Amino acid sequence: MPETSQQKLPVTVLTGYLGAGKTTLLNRILSEPHGKKYAVIVNEFGEIGIDNDLVVNADEEVFEMNNGCICCTVRGDLVRIIDGLMRRKGKFDAIIVETTGLADPAPVAQTFFMDENVGAKTKLDAVVTVADAKWLRDRLKDAPEAKNQIAFADVILVNKTDLVSKDELEDVEARIRGINPYAKLHRTQKAQIPLNEVLGRNAFDLDRILEIEPNFLHGDEDHHHHEHDHGHHHDHGHGHDHHHHRGGLKHYHDEDMQSVALRTDKPLSPDKFFPWIQGLVAEDGPSILRCKGIVAFKDDPERYVFQGVHMILDGDHQRPWKDGEKRESRVVFIGKNLPEEKIRKGFAGAAA
Amino acid sequence: MTEHANTPSLTDRVRPVDAQGTVVGVHFFGDTPVFVLGEEALLFAREDGVQRVNIHAGGILASAGDSDRILTGGDDAMAVVTDAQGRHNSVGADSQKKWVDQVALGPDGAVAWSAGKIAHVRTAKGEERTFEAPSTVAGLAFAPKGFRVAIAHYNGVSLWFPNVHGAPERLEWKGSHLGVGFSPDGKFLVTTMQEPTLHGWRLADQKHMRMSGYSARVRSFGWSADGRFLATSGFEQLILWPYDGKDGPMGKQPRILAPGSSRVAVVACHPKQPVVAAGYADGLVLLVRIDDGAEILVRRPEGSPVTALGWSENGRQFAFGIEDGSAGVVML
Repeated sequence: MPETSQQKLPVTVLTGYLGAGKTTLLNRILSEPHGKKYAVIVNEFGEIGIDNDLVVNADEEVFEMNNGCICCTVRGDLVRIIDGLMRRKGKFDAIIVETTGLADPAPVAQTFFMDENVGAKTKLDAVVTVADAKWLRDRLKDAPEAKNQIAFADVILVNKTDLVSKDELEDVEARIRGINPYAKLHRTQKAQIPLNEVLGRNAFDLDRILEIEPNFLHGDEDHHHHEHDHGHHHDHGHGHDHHHHRGGLKHYHDEDMQSVALRTDKPLSPDKFFPWIQGLVAEDGPSILRCKGIVAFKDDPERYVFQGVHMILDGDHQRPWKDGEKRESRVVFIGKNLPEEKIRKGFAGAAA
Repeated sequence: MTEHANTPSLTDRVRPVDAQGTVVGVHFFGDTPVFVLGEEALLFAREDGVQRVNIHAGGILASAGDSDRILTGGDDAMAVVTDAQGRHNSVGADSQKKWVDQVALGPDGAVAWSAGKIAHVRTAKGEERTFEAPSTVAGLAFAPKGFRVAIAHYNGVSLWFPNVHGAPERLEWKGSHLGVGFSPDGKFLVTTMQEPTLHGWRLADQKHMRMSGYSARVRSFGWSADGRFLATSGFEQLILWPYDGKDGPMGKQPRILAPGSSRVAVVACHPKQPVVAAGYADGLVLLVRIDDGAEILVRRPEGSPVTALGWSENGRQFAFGIEDGSAGVVML
């Protein structure tokens, strides 16, 4: 069975602040007739109303790594649990990790990069964050965890939309986009959503996330820019208006969490790109929550893709560029107080 | 890269066993190899046939064996002891249904097991003792002398005398300690860490020992029969740290033998001779003589990783298990 042992099990990480509706979504995933079996790693047994012999109770033990990297933390319990679950592979199709409402998603994501065994057997499919439409705005003010969960997400459910007005809903969505313009947003009530919107997303394969970006930011796309060397979604108007309308969407800027997206159709040089990005995350890793990108290197027939969490980077050649596909490099950073100008200059300097 | 084309070979003397599932441990009752499967059962590979004994309702997470019992822990929250006849009894269960993922066998019939932060010891008389570690117990080992248990956890190891009241001695070192083991003379304690490194203490003065340079987390280790070397996995060669002086490996270089095309995944030291069995991530199994590095081929690299190795108590038989469910026994 060599080919099955090579297949990596997809892992979905489910986050969301206390009371947002995480457990409702989890129970929905487990009870709907989809013909799939999930191993579920939860914090509290009692919350799950479904009988499932592959529910594992985790203790959320966050450990620092002794590698001189101050923000390198892993979930020690996940390392052990995934090791143990591998004894039973074949009994389930995917793994769901539910974090506590107060959890920082970074250690969970970093576990998949930092532990060789976990990385060899599983792959992070997506970070799904459930947000409370009514209370998220308050939590973004007083709970840094809630903001991290939004910043980290690949998919965000704006839940309990029945409890807010249309204006309030648009406002909370604009707040979310101000932090993380790349996540796919869904409006839900009682966490009702087609499960293929939260599971099997392959979001960490990047492709999708960078592809959906234009839809999402149609008001923000920089069509009139004659040089396609950048397009970042952080507005410069710090001093005055805190939000404004663009392309019909409200646009907010979170005070300390932003994203920077850059693109270029000039081929990059690996000899310049790698030292730059490695130096950047080594220096500014603590403020970079996530980064991802697709890179077109000069004279390289294959796309190079990478992603990172804080100081950790993971990348590989993904597939050959298709005929007619635009050979463009795109990188995205989400983080706190990002050194935007520095990132932009560094990226521009990586051209071959 | 070594092709092992000219390596002396025992491959034609291997008795294959179809384990029908990933083997996660190998133990012996006399001449009978017993394979611990990743799920539910032990396989007694008797000469006249294979006997399957179901002992857990789910995954088997840990095992330990001696001459007359095998102790296993499962994701069914049970610790189970099985004897040479295949009779099995639960010796403990976690009340919160947590996985029993660490086990160890002690002197005089004692057993130790853990679930979450709680380590349990049960003496041969059936007396129960528990200890709550500061974080999840990641490794358990009985000291070779005295009724003492090492418990590995985050930021160090607790040395617990189950029959003595009072706080255990704490050996501190920052980081996540996973496996733990005493040297055969009881003078040193070694842990494997989340990082690709080993940590150790000389117990007399708690002096630290750091053993690093691995390319992956060390998941398997053991001392040679004479106690002179600590054999370890985690690198593309077999790494042996010298423990023949009073300082252990401090200030010394490891012996590096048996280069493979992939990492060493499992090691098992011969119970009497200075010989180590090494199983690699590509399925290669070699017997390696420590003194001169001479190798004997037991299994060619056929893709799937080696997951378990074990010797009979007299050292005359050797068995291996592979992730893809194949296994084998060799009479030496």
